[in-house]
Amino acid sequence: MTRPGDLLAAAPARKAPAAFDVERVRADFPILRQTVFGKPLVYLDNAATAQKPRAVIDTLTRFYEVDNANIHRGLHQLSERSTAAYEETRAKVRRFLNAAEDREIVFVRGTTEAINLAASSYARPHVGRDDEVLITTMEHHSNIVPWQMLCEEKGARLRVAPINDDGELLLDEFEALLGPRTRIVSVAHVSNALGTVNPIRRIVEMAHRRNIPVLVDGAQAAPHLKIDVRDLDCDFYTLSGHKLFGPTGIGVLYGKAALLEAMPPYQGGGDMIASVTFEKTIYNRLPHKFEAGTPHIAGVIGLGAAIDYLESIDPEGRAAHEQALLEHATRRLAELPRLRIVGRAKEKTGVLSFVIEGIHPHDIGTILDREGIAIRAGHHCAQPLMDRFGVPATARASFALYNTREEVGALESGIRKVLGVFR
Amino acid sequence: MASDLGDLYQEVILDHNRQPRNFGDLPGANRRAEGFNPLCGDRVTVSLTLEGDVLKDIRFQGSGCAISKASASMMTETMKGRTRAQAERLFQEFHRLLTEDSGAPDAASLGKLVVFSGVREFPIRVKCATLAWHTLRAALDSAHGIASTE
Repeated sequence: MTRPGDLLAAAPARKAPAAFDVERVRADFPILRQTVFGKPLVYLDNAATAQKPRAVIDTLTRFYEVDNANIHRGLHQLSERSTAAYEETRAKVRRFLNAAEDREIVFVRGTTEAINLAASSYARPHVGRDDEVLITTMEHHSNIVPWQMLCEEKGARLRVAPINDDGELLLDEFEALLGPRTRIVSVAHVSNALGTVNPIRRIVEMAHRRNIPVLVDGAQAAPHLKIDVRDLDCDFYTLSGHKLFGPTGIGVLYGKAALLEAMPPYQGGGDMIASVTFEKTIYNRLPHKFEAGTPHIAGVIGLGAAIDYLESIDPEGRAAHEQALLEHATRRLAELPRLRIVGRAKEKTGVLSFVIEGIHPHDIGTILDREGIAIRAGHHCAQPLMDRFGVPATARASFALYNTREEVGALESGIRKVLGVFR
Repeated sequence: MASDLGDLYQEVILDHNRQPRNFGDLPGANRRAEGFNPLCGDRVTVSLTLEGDVLKDIRFQGSGCAISKASASMMTETMKGRTRAQAERLFQEFHRLLTEDSGAPDAASLGKLVVFSGVREFPIRVKCATLAWHTLRAALDSAHGIASTE
């Protein structure tokens, strides 16, 4: 169970408050206005990447048309403006995550790079032969492979906490796996393939009781839940800008300052140094120590615009809308013959994965595509999880704040078409 | 059903999907290869008995979408009794059928495999239709091969 308050609003299915108007939100996303194969686009692949509001697109254009310059070095006006916008975004992200300090926010390419950074700079010096790294069955490949690589290098062991048939983490088994050799826990806040919301606060409590730090993969949580890293008390938190209605190629690693301070740099280069001689280099202070080279400046500023946009929307109304939509879709699809929903956790957000008896998800995806409906069909970069459920793949509809009940209706009719083709 | 969908999911394809022919392990096979489509995680194993130059018997196993299953099933039917050279020619013809708009493939040699011409309109599905074929090639090329669509 997630504690109330982990979800933006643990609201039951009820009408969204007047303040949240999905049609107004939709009007902010230019891409949604198109037709695909003559049908209105129904975009239900938000867990793969979310669409961008006009505000983000305009900010990127404006940046390149007006402010573009390299940061942290130019003495000229443009560099001053781009540096200010870049660093203001760091402060925005800090507020968005409720981190204590700006220097705890490191810009990276995305969650994948954030996890690799933590694995490389934090875990590598701490993990030795026969030590253990603990993850869960529902992790994305990006939260499996970096740890696997590290364990292979060190002769350490990757331990995996199991889940139940509903796709919920088995907390007792998780706790039993926390041992004297466990050096770090890395766990998804929200599962990308199932939508399960993990009880992060309890996971962190269990780990911290044994002085084990916890990394939380927040790629799928940030677009749906209110994130408070101090309340969660996690040691690292990651997010990807493009799933948060921002640009691709930009993401965030949050780390507690004391941990980041003690970590060696991830990459060497410009911007991460205080001074360089051929004999010795003094590294820059946080967070610049971890931002070698010219960063994705436009991406960072675009991410800032995405956060501004999200914060301009009534959070309770939005959460209620999203939760009601997921519940509605779950009810409608559960009634369809031969269809089985994969992932029925009590706490879920954003994702509806399903399989249909005798029909491969790719065939479902192709037929829905011709109806203008974009879903994901495949293993969702979570092959071990697919193995756990005994399926090679699932079809996944994933929702964002701009999706509607009408679109759920289109999905349902589309699936009926699929059932018609494969009688 | 939209006509291009109808072209893709023709009755004969749906039939082979429901009841794949030559499905299962082939005891006594002397060639075997596994094919893998990293896009979807689908796997197929093609086993065959090669006698001299002739594909005496052939079977396939695995899970996949309707297109990949039907393609594998119909491939095994077509390949039984063919020589290696004939198999390679068919591979080429089949590939052209799926990918080339012009230069009509030799429909006569492909026989009922022409039902896969609808796949052309779904470029992302070409890999599904060719997985078993790549795997057959890998099986013919080496005693224990792994084929990938990538």
